[in-house]
Parts: sequence; C-alpha cells; structure tokens
Amino acid sequence: MSGSLEYILSGFEKAVDLLIHLEPETFSAVLATVQASSMSMLASLALGLPLGFVLGQTEFPGRRTVRTIVDTLLAFPTVVIGLLVYTFISHRGPLGGLELLFTLKGIAIGQTLLALPIVVALTAAAVEGQDPRLKTTLLTLGADLRQSARSTLWEARFAVLAAALTAYGRVVSEVGISMMVGGNIKWHTRTITTAITLETGKGEFGMGIALGVVLMVLAAIVNLGLAFLKKRSES
Amino acid sequence: MPNKKTALAFVALISCLILSMGGPALAGDVLKMASTTSTANTGLLDFLAPMFQKDTGIELQFVAVGTGKALALGQNCDVDVLLVHAPATEKKYVADGFGVDRKEVMYNDFVIIGPKDDPAKVKGLTVIEALAAIAKSKASFASRGDNSGTHKKELSLWASAKMAVPEKDSWYVQTGQGMIKTINVASEKAGYTMTDRGTYIKYADTLKGNPPLVILVEGDKVLFNQYSVILVNPAKCQNVKSDLAKKFSDWITSEKVQKEIGEFKLLGKKLFIPNAK
Repeated sequence: MSGSLEYILSGFEKAVDLLIHLEPETFSAVLATVQASSMSMLASLALGLPLGFVLGQTEFPGRRTVRTIVDTLLAFPTVVIGLLVYTFISHRGPLGGLELLFTLKGIAIGQTLLALPIVVALTAAAVEGQDPRLKTTLLTLGADLRQSARSTLWEARFAVLAAALTAYGRVVSEVGISMMVGGNIKWHTRTITTAITLETGKGEFGMGIALGVVLMVLAAIVNLGLAFLKKRSES
Repeated sequence: MPNKKTALAFVALISCLILSMGGPALAGDVLKMASTTSTANTGLLDFLAPMFQKDTGIELQFVAVGTGKALALGQNCDVDVLLVHAPATEKKYVADGFGVDRKEVMYNDFVIIGPKDDPAKVKGLTVIEALAAIAKSKASFASRGDNSGTHKKELSLWASAKMAVPEKDSWYVQTGQGMIKTINVASEKAGYTMTDRGTYIKYADTLKGNPPLVILVEGDKVLFNQYSVILVNPAKCQNVKSDLAKKFSDWITSEKVQKEIGEFKLLGKKLFIPNAK
C-alpha cells in the first residue's frame, strides 16, 4: 500500500483504540461535542418548530419573503457565523460582560444560529406537505393556534425528525464556529472537529481520521436511538 | 400515547447531560493566553501548562492562533497574556498601549527548506541570495500568507532582498494556513518554504525522521526568531487578570522553567532555546 493510504488504515486502528480505552482527551472532546450540540439542538428546536409551523401553515403578509430569507440563510457559512458571534461576545462587543467567549455556551449560540434556519425551513416544508384536510379538521374542531400546532407537528413527526437530524448533522460537523468562538481550548472547548483540525495542523493525519471515525460513531448512536423511538411510535 | 413518555424520557436524559456539565467545576484561577501555532503544534504548551498549574495552582487555557490574531484578541481584552513572535509588531503594540511588560522568553530560528534535489540550488546560500535564486528558477515557494509571525518575517526578508513580494507569480503560493499545512503544500509541490526550526523538527518527527523536505538555508543572522511574553494592558482592559498574567510572565522567565524549555526535545533536538534576561 502506498504511504498516504496508510493514514486511513492507521486511523481506523487508532479510532478503535481511542474508543476502547476511553482515552481522556478524546472523551473530553466527545463530551464537549455532545454538550454544545445538545444545547444548540434544544434551543433551535424550541425556537424553530413553532416558527416553522407558523411559516408553513399560516398566511401573513410577507410570508414568501420570509420564506426566501430563511432558505437563503441555509447557506450561512459557519466561519461568518463564528465571526458574528465573536464580535458580539468579545469583551469589546455588546454582550462582552456575559463572559461567553471561549465557552461551550458561546459555541452553542453560534450553532443555534446555524441550525435554526434548517429547522424552520424543513419544518415549514413538512407542515405544508400535510394533508390539507388536517388543517380544516382542526379548524372545525375549534383548535386554537397552539393546539393545532401541536397536532400538526405530531402528525408530521417523521418529517420533523428528519429536519432535526439534518440540523444535527450540520451542528456536530461544523468547525468554523467552534474554532472561532470556542478557541479549541484543551479540556474545555476542544470539540471533536476542532481536535481534528489541530491534529491535521500538527501533521498527525492518522489521529485526525481516528477522531473522524469517533464522530461518526457518535452520530450513529444518535441515529440508532432516534430510529428506535420512531419504530416505537409506529407500533 | 405511550411514545410520548419515551420522548419525554429522552428529553429528560439530554437535559440531565447538559445540566451535569455546570461550569468548569469551580476550579481555581484560570489564565487565558493567546499564543501562536508554533508553540502549540510542537507540543510545548501542552508540556508547560500542567507544570504551571502544579507550581502556581493556576490553570493555563491557551488558544493557538497566528501572531496577528493573538494580538487582536489581546487588543479586544479577550485574553490576559500573549506569547508571540513578531518583535517589530510587538514593540509597536506595546507603544500603542495595548500591551505592557514585554519580556523575551526564548528563540529558535527560521530555516528555508526544500526538496532534497534542490532545483533552485539554494543550499548554503544566504537568505537573500536564496530568495533571488528561487525567484529566478521559478521553483514553487509556499508562503503562510496569514499575517502570522512567520509570514511577517518572510515579508521582511523579501524587503531586505530588495524584491517585491511575488504575490502574483504562479510559483508563489499563499496557503493562508498553519505552518505544518504550509510545509505539506510545499512538499506536494516539491517546492520551498520558510519555517521556524521547532515546527520543522516536529514535522520531521511525524514523518519518522525521513521528511521529503530538508533544511537548505540556515544560520543567517536575519533568520533569528524571538518569542516574547506580553501582558494585556490592564489600564485598557479592566477585566484582564493582570496579577495572574504577571505570575505567568515571571514563571516562564524563571531559571527553572527556562531550563525546562531548553530540555524540551523531539528527535533529540532542542526546539526552543531559552534566553530570558
């Protein structure tokens, strides 16, 4: 085998090593990734699901414009989100007093901005794709906006779940926000992706691939868990 | 809906996970430092930070960025102390009032590295002759292009060679990335680049002591690479922990730590040579 391809093989070997021995540095990066992404997913779902419902179900002036803006925000580059959040939470920024720079909470704020347009756009699409009779039925039954949001989102739950998974995929794999806002501080804000960037910067390509495998294992666990929930709700 | 229960349990589980993190475990004092990729990528800071914590009880948290960004982080009051290597820029930074108490800590030197067969024939030349030879032969040259200390040094060398920086020439590649990535670009293009010796040794170590690029130009006085510690000016940034920063500055320039820096080796070679006064 040629030299460079060895990185891949040794990467897989190292990944197994890291996972079996629960290597503390790797474990800390996994924990940081799980914490930041959980906070940002909770926040983006809490904000995004109602907004997505409103955008998909209700009529209001300027709805199409809002829809276009949300769809455009899907292309927001993570490095720019990182820069924006940095300028706000830097000590010289308007939110400097909150001490959010170089913290997981700071990263979570950026990731929420990243995930929110995805959750809103895909939830709106899911709601629009519902059987139109649902809306009429809910209206006839005299459901208020909150009740009908709950029922509609429940009926569209699999599409909403897909929206959440898409957002989650983007959040755990981003590196621009975590690097700029978190600073890749060992034992604190070093996530799996910033650790990969660091290892690559050090020329330790095998280790970079190993951490990539670890991230995929984490994603697989989340997806298997949700697939299990989905199966239960179908039965 | 029994599945609602499961979903609730799931949310509860996630919430527990998040709450369990709390803050950084009511630890002692934390000192925030911005430093350069060379001190972090070589492993020097990973070597020094635990020692600092043991000696003083202060936890050193560092972000590794180019010198340009490190200085900007200090200017924005986002860190307490800086460990950087661009003396001319640093002096201006202190004169402008952003930093105080600049102290020299250690040095290494820059070297020009290139392929073993040396197509531009620069081996043994002075830096100025070597740059002219590379430009003449149009061999690839990878530049950091990222406003880092190394990049600033390289730009000053083109100036001393009385040549315009060949930004538009196709053989001159600006990577905009860290040192090892830039060395890898030079390596892929079988070209030349300038690096600090510490990072080069780390690079050679990663490649098991048999790297495709070798040192061709070294020992020229202009290649001296000084690292200094600077405190962020507490008069401009009331939030900085200048007492902790001062402790770090005293610690890293102390006789004991200076000796440790001198003993930090890879492949049996020193990466940095302590020279605090």
